[in-house]
Amino acid sequence: MATITQSELINQAKLGELSQPVIRVEDVHKYYDLGENKVHALRGVSVEIAGGEFVAIMGASGSGKSTFMNLLGCLDKPSSGRYLLEGTDVSQLDKKALAAIRNRKLGFVFQGFNLLSRTTALENVELPTLYARLPKEERLQRAKESLQLVGLGERMEHFPSQLSGGQQQRVAIARALVNRPSILLADEPTGNLDSRTSVEIMQIFQTLNESGLTLVLVTHEPDVARFAKRTIVFRDGKIRRDEPVKDRPRAAEMLKTMPTVEED
Amino acid sequence: MDLLSILRIAIRALSRNKMRSALTMLGIIIGVGAVIAMVGVGQGASKQVQDQISAMGSNMLFVSSGTVNRGGLRLGWGQTKTLVYDDMKAIVQQAPAVKEAAPGSQTTSQVVFGADNWFTNIQGTEPQYFDIRSWPLQEGVSFTESDVNSSADVAVIGATVQQNLFGAEDPVGQTVRISNLPFKVVGVLTAKGQSAAMGQDQDDVIFVPITTLQKKLTGEPWLRYIVVSAVSKDATYAAQEEITSILRDRHRIRTGQDDDFMVRNLADVAQLADQSSRVMTMLLASIAGVSLIVGGIGIMNIMLVSVTERTREIGVRMAIGATEEDVQHQFLIEAVVLSLMGGAAGIFLGVGSSLIISKLLGWAVLVSPLAIVAAVIFSAGVGVFFGFYPARKAARLDPIEALRFE
Repeated sequence: MATITQSELINQAKLGELSQPVIRVEDVHKYYDLGENKVHALRGVSVEIAGGEFVAIMGASGSGKSTFMNLLGCLDKPSSGRYLLEGTDVSQLDKKALAAIRNRKLGFVFQGFNLLSRTTALENVELPTLYARLPKEERLQRAKESLQLVGLGERMEHFPSQLSGGQQQRVAIARALVNRPSILLADEPTGNLDSRTSVEIMQIFQTLNESGLTLVLVTHEPDVARFAKRTIVFRDGKIRRDEPVKDRPRAAEMLKTMPTVEED
Repeated sequence: MDLLSILRIAIRALSRNKMRSALTMLGIIIGVGAVIAMVGVGQGASKQVQDQISAMGSNMLFVSSGTVNRGGLRLGWGQTKTLVYDDMKAIVQQAPAVKEAAPGSQTTSQVVFGADNWFTNIQGTEPQYFDIRSWPLQEGVSFTESDVNSSADVAVIGATVQQNLFGAEDPVGQTVRISNLPFKVVGVLTAKGQSAAMGQDQDDVIFVPITTLQKKLTGEPWLRYIVVSAVSKDATYAAQEEITSILRDRHRIRTGQDDDFMVRNLADVAQLADQSSRVMTMLLASIAGVSLIVGGIGIMNIMLVSVTERTREIGVRMAIGATEEDVQHQFLIEAVVLSLMGGAAGIFLGVGSSLIISKLLGWAVLVSPLAIVAAVIFSAGVGVFFGFYPARKAARLDPIEALRFE
């Protein structure tokens, strides 16, 4: 799985580590105004995530973890407080600037993969580079490298419907990595996958993290959260726990002990 | 995103629902096809009218002798004897807007050839008359200026006369008798058909030199009419005024007195006919235009459905960095591709049905390149106009909501 991209990711991450935390959230509140009901989804959240970290965010539904994730992903703006991404305050940027940040600095992986159907793996992965307006040769090259990085170099011309769930999620990861983001955000990435495939995905995450990529992962499964280096637990819109993971398993080791399931 | 990529995405999205795209396009196809065919029919009719009018003569004016008031009895047009050959000369020499003029007088007579005879119109004029009326000969030659000077007994016959007197025989060189005088036929005119204004058979006529007519057939030294051609179409009105003032002067008509002649401008007739056919074209085109609008509404409808169906896709695109503009352009281009493809097919339908109409119904149908260009621009415009709202709706989606959409 080692390619040129990995070394580039490492360089990027080292730069991040030297300067400042990649993510810095300061006393963030978020209200939703649903007619008569006012929902206070985040009630003063402050957290710092350094470059090269691997954070799992946990919490029951309604705990505010999804809202927090949307803020981190620049899909939403905080009602109050500040959000600094690589030192830049992104909490008050306009929609266009936010779209550019999502495109260049963030990578998204979703629970439902969210690949475009009837579009090949390669074209799916290429999509963010289209919005980055990169030249055609570079788009293709990056997309290919990205797919090789997740071990799908052989299936570039396959359509999502021809791929297994695990493979689809790997295409999604390749898509998230193609613009070489500072952070990869994953929202329940293993929610639709069986346990072995889940571990496979976590193995990719661990490998990417080891090569320097910052990862933030939302999950409600403690089994999945164990693979991260740090867990943050949300409850009632506040951070209740924030601790390093002890006895962190290596996904690669674990896969050896698991029964193999046929793919395809 | 560059246009080529957007186009590729749009075409792929449309080919995902081929039947639906085709049916949506059908609205535009019929609309554009109808506009092209209807404008073609309208313009064809318009051209036919214009051809008929120009067949009457190029930039022609018609001066006829006027009415007289004899002790309270007004006798109608063509009764005065004041219009003379020198009036025609004066018009040619003094009116700058006039190119040529030919004198005219007429009578009717029984014409005999061999065992056949035929009652027809005998017109006396000069050779330039055929020029002014853009009336070429089908066979033979016209009588000449020297024929006019020598009052020669020569005749140029119309197509109807040829048919009735000669049938299949070649008339040129034959001799006919007009009022018992022998005339040598020197030429046959091409068929001009009915006159656009009056519906008379213009070919039921024999032309002889004006001098011959005046001296040997009628004995009238005055003229019944003068045909005049102006230097250009625009000059006809100037010519009309100049002729009026020259003739009033020559006939010593005082201010306040009625003219003893009448000047008719065929451009007036042409304009009227042109106007009415233009109104018809507009009417046809606007009816066809309505179907184009209905087609546009079809596009809007389908695009709205498509936006709803693809809410999640829109969310994903936004999450990975598509701006509102990117999303809006994508859907707008999709609508434009839909309407342009429909427009292209519509051109074929329009041109095809124009051809069928002209073949089956025998109507003159004129498919102008302008109508085709207009149809393309218009169908693209329909795509933009009716695609805008759905595209705007897509672009305005909240990415979080869109990603959650099931």
